Amino acid sequence: MALKPVTFTLNGEPKAAFTEDGQNLLDLLRRGVGDLSPKYGCGQGTCGACTILLDGEPQLACLLLGEAVEGRRIDTATGLGGPAPHPLQDAFMERFAAQCGYCTPGMLMAAKALLDRNPGPTREEVIEAIGGNLCRCTGYEPIIAAILDVAAERKRA
Amino acid sequence: MAVTVESHGTIAEAQRALGSGAVYLGGGTILMRAVNAGLVQGRVVRSTDPSLSRIRPMGDGVEIGAGVTMAAIAANPDLGFLHPVVRAVGGPQVRNMASIGGNLFAEHPYGDLAAALLALGARIVMAGGMQRPIEDLLRDRSRAGLVAAVQVSRPRDPRAFGFLKVSRVRPKGVSVLSFAAHLPREGGRLRGVRIACVGLGPMPLRSPSAERALEGGALDAAAVARAAALVAEGLDPPTDALASAWYRREVAGVHLRRLLGRML
Repeated sequence: MALKPVTFTLNGEPKAAFTEDGQNLLDLLRRGVGDLSPKYGCGQGTCGACTILLDGEPQLACLLLGEAVEGRRIDTATGLGGPAPHPLQDAFMERFAAQCGYCTPGMLMAAKALLDRNPGPTREEVIEAIGGNLCRCTGYEPIIAAILDVAAERKRA
Repeated sequence: MAVTVESHGTIAEAQRALGSGAVYLGGGTILMRAVNAGLVQGRVVRSTDPSLSRIRPMGDGVEIGAGVTMAAIAANPDLGFLHPVVRAVGGPQVRNMASIGGNLFAEHPYGDLAAALLALGARIVMAGGMQRPIEDLLRDRSRAGLVAAVQVSRPRDPRAFGFLKVSRVRPKGVSVLSFAAHLPREGGRLRGVRIACVGLGPMPLRSPSAERALEGGALDAAAVARAAALVAEGLDPPTDALASAWYRREVAGVHLRRLLGRML
């Protein structure tokens, strides 16, 4: 199988990797680059567990071709926060918005994309923004509350 | 046989490379599912031609490059008449990826935007420049070739176009049924009625019986009731995991009546 070189920025760091023909970005990130935060859920674009930001937009790594991200900027949950957790990560812990945690990296990236473009979302806008991410544990309410908490905290600050 | 991906800088090169036996990769929300499942073998062709992502005004309408995403349509103020349609497609991630060109080829139960374009009488610009009515393309999509752009006229009266999607899960759910209706009026009479639907056949299609019930008359409750009663006549709704053919046939009129009722 032919290997193709691909370069991109991952969480602010330049990366160079080889991608196989037909390999999706999720597989490239997990096996080729070692970023295990985007999760494999369905491989069909239904669950949102593999959500990453491509040039700031939430997209599904399982449905992106690895070679199609040449020169693009990718952000994953690995790059959230620094020495301290990101406010969204803190809020998810505070609100018990993760149980098994499998959907959490995708949820966090969908939430980050929302708050980056709309710092003061309504509850309906939050529901719409995480509409592409499935969670089978929490019933969504703690996740919605956590995202609204971060928005409210930013408004106060 | 493994998958081989070919990227081409222009639509013309991609068209030549497509030839026979290769498949085209647009936004990826349909084809990559099959690639991931190992159902695609052989050549996959894609194009990075910037014209595929272009939206440009054209007379009384707009030409939309085949690679323009649902999110790009939703963000374009000139395409307000399509906003309710594209906002009903998938979740935010899918809308950032799925393209208008790909939606023309989406299998049942997808194709909400294609149904809206069918109701609006869109024209399809093929790679190479040939134009054809959207009906022609939808009739036989397997031999369609590569689509370069979609041309669609803005409804002269914004209230003359309506869209309704029926799904079991909100905000993101695939369609049990979707209806798009274009009801232009001349002197109080409906002229050029087009009713398109998803879920009443294997691809987005028009309901000739509902259109006949409305054409030439005034848009009133009695006309709406007649169209609703006839909407599934001559059509063959599919049975799938979402709904049976019987259910779709039973409720089609209810939902068309709700849509048309909003347009009275």
